Parts: sequence; structure tokens; C-alpha cells
Amino acid sequence: MTKTIKLSPDSGFKIVLTSAAVFVPLVCGAVVLSLVTNSVDAFGKFGFFGFLFSSEWSQTPGSESYGALPFILGTLLTTLLALILCVPFSLSIALFNGEYYKGTTLAKTLGTIVDLLAGIPSVIYGLWGFYVLRPIVMTLGLSPQGSGILTASLVLTIMIIPYAASLSTEFIKMVPANLKEGAYSLGATRAEVLGKIVFPTAGSGIFSAFILAVGRALGETMTVTMLIGNTNQIPGSIYDTGNSMASIVANQFGEADGLKLSSLFAIALILFVITAIINIIGKIIIRRNAIKR
Amino acid sequence: MDTNIISIKNLNISYTSSVMSVKNVSADIRQNQITAIMGPSGCGKSTLLRALNRMHSLYKNITVTGQILLENQNILEMPDIAVRRKIGMVFQQPNPFPTMSIAENVMAGYTLSGIRTNRQRRAEIIETTLKSVGLWDEVKDVLTKRGTFLSGGQQQRLCIARALALKPKVLLMDEPTSALDPIATARIEELLLQLKNEVTIVIVTHNMGQARRIASRSMFMYLGELIEYDETERLFTSPSHQQTKAYLAGHFG
Repeated sequence: MTKTIKLSPDSGFKIVLTSAAVFVPLVCGAVVLSLVTNSVDAFGKFGFFGFLFSSEWSQTPGSESYGALPFILGTLLTTLLALILCVPFSLSIALFNGEYYKGTTLAKTLGTIVDLLAGIPSVIYGLWGFYVLRPIVMTLGLSPQGSGILTASLVLTIMIIPYAASLSTEFIKMVPANLKEGAYSLGATRAEVLGKIVFPTAGSGIFSAFILAVGRALGETMTVTMLIGNTNQIPGSIYDTGNSMASIVANQFGEADGLKLSSLFAIALILFVITAIINIIGKIIIRRNAIKR
Repeated sequence: MDTNIISIKNLNISYTSSVMSVKNVSADIRQNQITAIMGPSGCGKSTLLRALNRMHSLYKNITVTGQILLENQNILEMPDIAVRRKIGMVFQQPNPFPTMSIAENVMAGYTLSGIRTNRQRRAEIIETTLKSVGLWDEVKDVLTKRGTFLSGGQQQRLCIARALALKPKVLLMDEPTSALDPIATARIEELLLQLKNEVTIVIVTHNMGQARRIASRSMFMYLGELIEYDETERLFTSPSHQQTKAYLAGHFG
């Protein structure tokens, strides 16, 4: 009759589960902690807002100066452009699959292909963008070097369409048939039912789908690094080259130390905070929507 | 006195080419009366009702043949939208539009189709329609609140108001009280008896008592066929068909 007998297999299992569940937030906390401790030097030297709004990126020994502004703008510009371009395609796919051809083999096939797009490794998009899309951009005379904000955004668009489209499809499908029939019974046309019943009812869900797509675009690293041109100045237009927060880190982490490395960590921290906020907003909207139903 | 507003002639409806859900039904619906359609599940009563405002044209696989004359015009040859403006519908589950306020729900028939109304006319329609369904006193202070905050019975009366706001000639009701408690049901039945002076009502019900309480005439359908159609009182007291008698006695259904 020793005390260890009291530890039933059930409570042992519970301990395993609990420690596994606790492990994940711990890792997340550790990542944030190392981002913060490593970026202290940069923020200390340039000041928080000084770092945020400086566009200098000078590695001259003795007068090193680093600022995040070009990269913040590079990220925001590529993401915004990709978002704008993905809206018409994603909504069309969502309406096609979730309303007009709902439940048909055609819709299921298209849905599977769209989902497949999400699974393609980003380096493949980058390679395709570099050797296929970039020459086209050059031929069209949009930019002399082909790479830049526009090229990166075009490929980003293709990459985030599946996220926005498949989630929007689900929300459009969830609009109850009896609401649509109710609207039809009042003499509404299909376009009126879509515009005034289906979209408003699915609206916040569709909004959250685009928020999550934005979250994906903000942090996308490989493709953007391969296509954005990797220059450290504020892009003058969408035809210019530039760098995003993710691409500057990916480009320079290997050869960085001291203050430069700390600056890269600071950029990573800013990117982390922005994507975390975007994702949390998206999740909150989805959850609110789920409760309403 | 007893004019017919709708004449159904040899109506056949099928969901698949092999199975007929409504078989060769012919019937006249009297103006300003309540007509009930009864029968066990799957007898085709809802299918018949939904043909009357061309709901079936929303679904490609459903075929409807025969004639449905609304004041001598065959609605199967009219544009869907014109038919639905004249023949409104209330569904089994109350379905106020969740993104719209109570007032907006009443006006939905107008706003959905982009029919413009000035503010005064709008206020007038909202007040008279909500009064006609006995909802005005309950909601007049919360008109800008969402319709989905109302109780089930109130929601269903709001949906009746929404249909009535377009001044239809006929109101179709597909088991409108089956999701409601007995008190809310009684209120709706009382309401329908008042409304029949303004609008012809066709109601599908699986509740025999309800048909008997409110309908002047009743149909009994079984397996897609219209077995018997008569004045409600006569149908209940001396049905001429064995199946009707068995159904009313509770032997099946």
C-alpha cells in the first residue's frame, strides 16, 4: 500500500497532456522574449520611434545607422497591393463555389485546385515569379529590372487568393437557404439577393477571411525576398525595388552582428507584433460570427 | 361572393424525372378565404404551395407542368418576380433578415428591389403593416433594433408584415406555426382570421386542429394526389374518401 498506487493511469495521461499543452505557449513566450532582448540594443541606440521612422541603413563602421521605415513601407505596400488584387478574384471564386455552382462537381474541383495553391511551397512561387513573371514585367516595360514591389505583389496575390477564397466560400455557403428564399419570395432578383442578403449576412466572415489573408501576406518571406529586388531605400513607386521586413531579415541575418543584428531582431519584433494583431483581429471577428449563428 | 382567385389545372411537379411529387392536381382557391392544405409528411403539400409563387424556378431540377391561373393569367408563363410581388410567402422557420432592423425588415420587399419610397410613405407603410399584424404596440419603440431580437412568434408576425407590406393578393404560408408555442400559435391564427378580409390565404399545415379552426376550405393530399377538397366543416364531419377519414381519425400520418 504505497502512495504511488494512487497515481492511476488516467492521471498520468492527464499530466502528459497538460505538459504538452503548456509547452507550446512556453515556446511562444520564449520566442517573444528573445526577440525583445535581442532588439534592446537597437531600440536603445536609435530610440523606439527613431528606429521606426528612420530610413537610413548604413553599415559604415563607426557611423552605423539603421532604421525600419523602408522595410515597414515595403511590407505594407506589397501587402496592400496583393490585397487589392486578390479581392475580385477571391470574391468571384467564393460566389462561384459557394452560391452559383454550390455542391456541384465543378465547384468541388475548383475548390480543391484553389486549396492546392495554398500548399505549394513559397520557393516554387518565387522561382516561377523570377523566371516567368519577371521577364513579362520587363517586356511590358513596367520596370527595367523586372523585380520590385509590383512583381512581388503579383505573386503574393496568387499566394493569398486560396486563403481569402476558401474561407469566403464557407461563409457564403453558410448563409441560410431560408433567408435567400425569403428574399426571393419578396420579388428580389438573384443579384439583389446576393448584394443585399448574402453579402451583408456573410460580410463580417468575408472580412475576416481577408484579414487572415493579409496576415499571410505580411509575413511571406521567400517569395518576396526572391522578387522584391532587395534595395534598402523607400520605394518611390510600385515599379521600384525595395525590401520588406521579412526580406531584409532573410537577406542579411547571415552576415550581421552587433548593432545590425539587433536592428534585424527589432524589425522581426515589429513584424511579429503587426502579424499577431492582424491575426487576433481576424480570429475575434470569426468567433463573434460563430456565436451569432 | 365566392369568386375564385386562383385556379390550379392539371398541375404536375417532379424533382426527378421518375418520381412525381404532385400528381395531376386541379383545384380552385376562393378569394378572401383561408384555404388549408393538409396531409402527412411527403404528401406534396409544401411542393404544391411553393409552386404558387414559382419558388420551384430557383431550382433547376424541378419541373412543373400544367396551369396555375391567377385571375385568369397563367403564372407559369409570367416572370417570377411579377408573380412573387402578387403572391407573398411566409415560411416554416421565422426568417427575418438578420442584418436589418425591424423597420428595414418590413420595408425589405421595397429596398431589395430598389423601389424608392419617401420618408413619409415609408413611415406609413411600416406603421400600418405592423398594426395589421398586431406588432406595432410591441415594437414601435425599438424599430431600429434587429428583427432577430424578437421572440419566435413576434419574428413570424414580422415576416407576415414583410410579405403584406407589398400588398399581395395572396399570402402563402408553409406551416407558419410549427416552430411556435401554443400561445404564439393562437395569436397568429387569430391574426390570419382578421387578415383574410384583405388577402387570400393558403396555408399548409400538418395540424388538423389548425385547419379546422381557421380554414373555410381544406384540401387533403396523400402521396402527391389531391384526395379530397371541400368546405372544412364537411371534410371533417363527413369525408367522402376512406383515406381522408382514416387520416382525420389518426390512423396514419
